[in-house]
Amino acid sequence: MNRVDGKVAIISGAARGLGAQTAKVLAAGGAKVVIADILDGPGQQTAAEIGASAAFVHLDVTDEDSWKAAVKFTAEKFGGLHILVNNAGIFRMQSTEETSLADWRQMIAVNLDGVFLGTKSALPVMKECAAKDPVGCSIVNLSSVAGLVGSPRAAPYCMSKGGVRIYTKACAMEFAPYRIRVNSIHPGLIDTDMGRDVIAQMAGPGGSDKNNAARDAMISWHPIGRLGVAMDIANGIAFLASDDAAFMTGSELVVDGGVTAQ
Amino acid sequence: MAAFWRNKPNNQSTGEKHLNNMDGKIAFISGGARGLGAETARMMAACGASVVIGDILDEAGKNTAAEIVSNGGKALYTHLDVTQEDSWQAAVKAGVDKFGGLDVLVNNAGIFFMKSTEDMTLADWRRMVSVNLDGVFLGTKTALPHLKARAAKAPVGSAIINLSSIAGIIGIANFTAYHMSKGGVRIYTKACAMEFAPHRIRVNSIHPGLIETDMAKQVVKEMSPTMGSDNAVRDMFVQSHPIGRIGEPKDIANGVVFLASDDSAFMTGSELVVDGGWTAQ
Repeated sequence: MNRVDGKVAIISGAARGLGAQTAKVLAAGGAKVVIADILDGPGQQTAAEIGASAAFVHLDVTDEDSWKAAVKFTAEKFGGLHILVNNAGIFRMQSTEETSLADWRQMIAVNLDGVFLGTKSALPVMKECAAKDPVGCSIVNLSSVAGLVGSPRAAPYCMSKGGVRIYTKACAMEFAPYRIRVNSIHPGLIDTDMGRDVIAQMAGPGGSDKNNAARDAMISWHPIGRLGVAMDIANGIAFLASDDAAFMTGSELVVDGGVTAQ
Repeated sequence: MAAFWRNKPNNQSTGEKHLNNMDGKIAFISGGARGLGAETARMMAACGASVVIGDILDEAGKNTAAEIVSNGGKALYTHLDVTQEDSWQAAVKAGVDKFGGLDVLVNNAGIFFMKSTEDMTLADWRRMVSVNLDGVFLGTKTALPHLKARAAKAPVGSAIINLSSIAGIIGIANFTAYHMSKGGVRIYTKACAMEFAPHRIRVNSIHPGLIETDMAKQVVKEMSPTMGSDNAVRDMFVQSHPIGRIGEPKDIANGVVFLASDDSAFMTGSELVVDGGWTAQ
């Protein structure tokens, strides 16, 4: 018995990293998955690796028409939409003083507009599917530990992830009558391209010694003694997406190796 | 990858019938005779774990263990008064002797009563402390050497799951002693997560809303006089959960299994809130 058998999922930013791993786990659990990303090459490759239960669609999360087309593609290709994973996001190591208004607005465009547009575009199809499903539908939003606590020199990112955290709760209230659950997941630092980029931005210029020092500092920041791996988060997203989490809505799944419990 | 998808038919070529995400693990569940604890024991056994049910209710506990065994699972019932250190030591020893170790501890046993501060005596308060807090401390302390020993050899480590409540996050009038106990469990969990991380033992709490169990019936009964009727209380509770229903034991058991399994390998010190949206309002 597969926990997402017969469900259809769309995952933004699924060409690589957490999104790609999530697509693989959901597909292994019996779902049909649409990999939506701005990165066509890696996205097509990820879909090909999964096989017939996956398809790639181009998606710029900041663009409403692009979202509408991606959702339409999903519904036509696989006959519905039960799971939306708002995964696409960007990170920039920038203090308030270093941040221009354009930088700030770019963070909003991807990390907040992207979640709003994904939610709004998917909603009509998800409502229909939820009405027919024994348990209903599920939206999982990628927030972060940066949506729970502040980190120095990342104020715009913290703003965006804090926004996702509480937007999730508000959507949970709004969509409860439609039988659509909405939860957020809060990773610590995960060893993906984006995670390695975070470390590189923290290290700044200065070569591999500085980079290694930054990596060690990030490892020791996690009481569990390691960085996360993509599978750690994909398993959490799959749990929230599945009927195992049927009584969870508006909740935060914190998967951070103990960072925010300190 | 497949660990999460328990009971999933595996590739036939491997000869395995199921991929269970608690295969080979040994779990101890306090208060496992009925309600959430019993459902957790059933679910864990179905996922491949050997389960030790500790409870003060001998007959119900024996029945739950027998039911699991008759369904092909591995279970043992042992008498446990969570307020007594000797009782914990004997119960944990019984489980370890039977199954050979301990990977997972679920501190599930708990009591509830409704009393205003004015009506509550120090004896009432201490009874809440002794079951809901002493019980968690003694369980953790007693299980620790066994969890440490197994964690050192397990690929991912061991896990403790503490039953807190939404009452560990928010306040409700006239439940103050219960809130004190569940708030204590919530933060004790985080402190243990820090303390046991070097031993590769993860510690997380779960926070149910109102779940259809005997304890929920007691909650309804105790609130009934102030609200007029049992139905009025039940309606209030249904409406308090934005999802539009009261929870079922399996809603919580699924969450406990997730926290106990290696699927949550990077989670420690976290709160799994399974409350139908109650505290997101």
